[in-house]
Amino acid sequence: MFESVPQEAVSWQSGKFSHRAKPIGVLALQGGVEEHVSALLGAAEKLGLEIEVREVRTVSDLAGLDGIVIPGGESTVMSKLMERADLFEPILRIRKYMGTCAGAIMLAKNVEGAIPTQRFLKLMDISISRNAYGSQSASFESNLLTPFGKITGVFIRAPKFTITSKDVQPVAFRGEEAVAAYQLTNGRHCLALTFHPELTTTKFHEFFLKL
Amino acid sequence: MKNDSSQQKSSAGTFAVKAGLAQMLKGGVIMDVINADQARLAEESGAVAVMALEMVPSDIRKFGGVARMADPQKILEIKDAVSIPVMAKCRIGHFVEAQVLQSLQVDYIDESEVLTPADAEYHIDKWKFKLPFVCGARDMGEALRRINEGAAMIRTKGAAGTGNIVEAVRHIRAVNRGLSELKTKNPQEIAQLAHDMRVPISLVQKVFELGRLPVVNFAAGGIATPSDAALCMQLGCDGVFVGSGIFKSSDPEKRAESIVNAVAHFNDASAIAKASEGLGKPMDSLDVNSLLPDQRLSKRGI
Repeated sequence: MFESVPQEAVSWQSGKFSHRAKPIGVLALQGGVEEHVSALLGAAEKLGLEIEVREVRTVSDLAGLDGIVIPGGESTVMSKLMERADLFEPILRIRKYMGTCAGAIMLAKNVEGAIPTQRFLKLMDISISRNAYGSQSASFESNLLTPFGKITGVFIRAPKFTITSKDVQPVAFRGEEAVAAYQLTNGRHCLALTFHPELTTTKFHEFFLKL
Repeated sequence: MKNDSSQQKSSAGTFAVKAGLAQMLKGGVIMDVINADQARLAEESGAVAVMALEMVPSDIRKFGGVARMADPQKILEIKDAVSIPVMAKCRIGHFVEAQVLQSLQVDYIDESEVLTPADAEYHIDKWKFKLPFVCGARDMGEALRRINEGAAMIRTKGAAGTGNIVEAVRHIRAVNRGLSELKTKNPQEIAQLAHDMRVPISLVQKVFELGRLPVVNFAAGGIATPSDAALCMQLGCDGVFVGSGIFKSSDPEKRAESIVNAVAHFNDASAIAKASEGLGKPMDSLDVNSLLPDQRLSKRGI
């Protein structure tokens, strides 16, 4: 069921690359930033990679980045702060993107439940609905099926997506519901997850680093 | 297997889910609001969450009397107005107010010293609730007592409703001092410290290993300017609550935006300078030293 996900990134053997990789950014305007920084460093260590992880707040922080992670948080706040820091246009010059929860919303082409002034990167052919499960009382953790085996996913006021193109590949399921998706579009690798892998596993960060 | 949904196990209200929401609020500003219009303005300005109240702390001080949980109608009105998380306050120890807030499906409950305490001996047993709680603390021991009772987020008590940052800074420094002193302790001293702080040794041991509190820690109580907010961030807080500071100032929209900017760019003095320009008059302030003993809210529920 995960055959169409980039298999070289799934099956890549650790230790294959010992060189220094290009820096990876974590958008650090608001949200669960340090969780992603440690997940990326943990993933790199498992892969035998030496990487620089950089917190991104301004246009100059984007220089030379190979990939960027957009963390969980509030998408309304990220949109506002990205706009004030003039990040929307220059952030599009990166090769790969990973978004969790609010970050996944930032990557989607179609967003339901946004506030009128909100802006998005619109990179992936997915439709996403904000706070789709309801308020915090409906937040949960659940086991998920992924190409890397079973993992626990933490869903916090999580969005839900529907995949709107055959070019988008599901990378994690909760029952029959796709909760993570990958797309290669216009030369950019994009990985969107409606849950928070950074709280429980480095598997998705390893996958992202290998892309 | 994709079609085998019987293997799917979900659990709500776990500590990871409770503490996780606070983690996602980091780097954000939580704003006190008293109606739907203020809530919308807060959301538009970049608030990460709103605190639904009937009166902001400076008015609670002004009007006196017993301050209680807000009218559910008010909370629902605010909840309907925004898409960001909504928090609400209950009195210290008033577990029925907390049950009511949980039934209203707010996102976080603040067991708050800003309201009049309902129980002089006990805080709420927060483990019994599905919703997460935030509690105030003036030092590490108080923070750990609240965490031991089930709090999934801590904030400083500060001096709510005064526009004076001095107490919040005192509380941040006290927590930091507690953490750095803990680093030097041997197992025997850790056991003694746990005894003195009235918390289990295992919890203190966990903090010793982490080198920080096991939950997110925000600043609250007295933040009135972008520089106040950035000061708390540079001292190590994960985010800020702004109560009376926004809607009691002369230009709430501008002040809200500027505090949000200052928190996001808290290490960038020129960004804070820019955020501080032309904000108009801040809220009316109070000298903490002039407060009578019973007006010192931070002494409540320790």
